[in-house]
Amino acid sequence: MNKEEIIDTLKTIIELYSEEATALAHIDENTDFIHDLKINSANLVDIVLDIEEKFNIEIDNDSMAKMLTVKATTEIIAQKLDAHAG
Amino acid sequence: MTTQEILDKLPYGKSFLFVDELLHIDENGVKGTYIYAKDLPFYESHFKDYPVTPAVILTETMAQIGLVCLGIYLLKDINLNTSIAMTSNAIDFLKPVAPGEQVTVTSEKVYFRFNKLSCKVKMENAAGEVVCKGNISGMLISKENG
Repeated sequence: MNKEEIIDTLKTIIELYSEEATALAHIDENTDFIHDLKINSANLVDIVLDIEEKFNIEIDNDSMAKMLTVKATTEIIAQKLDAHAG
Repeated sequence: MTTQEILDKLPYGKSFLFVDELLHIDENGVKGTYIYAKDLPFYESHFKDYPVTPAVILTETMAQIGLVCLGIYLLKDINLNTSIAMTSNAIDFLKPVAPGEQVTVTSEKVYFRFNKLSCKVKMENAAGEVVCKGNISGMLISKENG
């Protein structure tokens, strides 16, 4: 799964938790979950749980703490997928 | 941690405390009871000529027993002053609860991860009939931050 595919899948998860239509339509690597998409901490947990299920990976506390932007989240998913494959 | 220690840690004042007794608590769930005294102030107005326990109070009762008591128990080994904020709920209300009724709340942990506790909760009346049920979630927040 390449970076674009990860971001596309990520978008389908994030859409469920944000009402910010404009920001959602313009999601890119720099999109910040809290500032741009107005997602609260409880829904951030839901997003991470959905990511675990969708990508079949496990996210630890340290990774979770870093997952505040699309870029950081995509990198962590890619790392976990690589570790899984290896 | 004893059930009395959990009750002592609840942050509610007398007029907004909806837990009488905890019958059982462990890592996976909790069971507790509450009696809605006939002289609770909201019965005078909800409704004007027909007192019935407001759904929002039933929800609060399920959250105090099912989410907050369980949250305090799960955090028993962490020596921090934390509070619990309800962040979402989805409840079905099946039967009315009259003044003076005792209810029993049973909560099962669905997950507790990244400080979010999500529970499947049901409330039964004295006859054992389910009066409401659903899911309640909350975030455990340390006092310094919030």
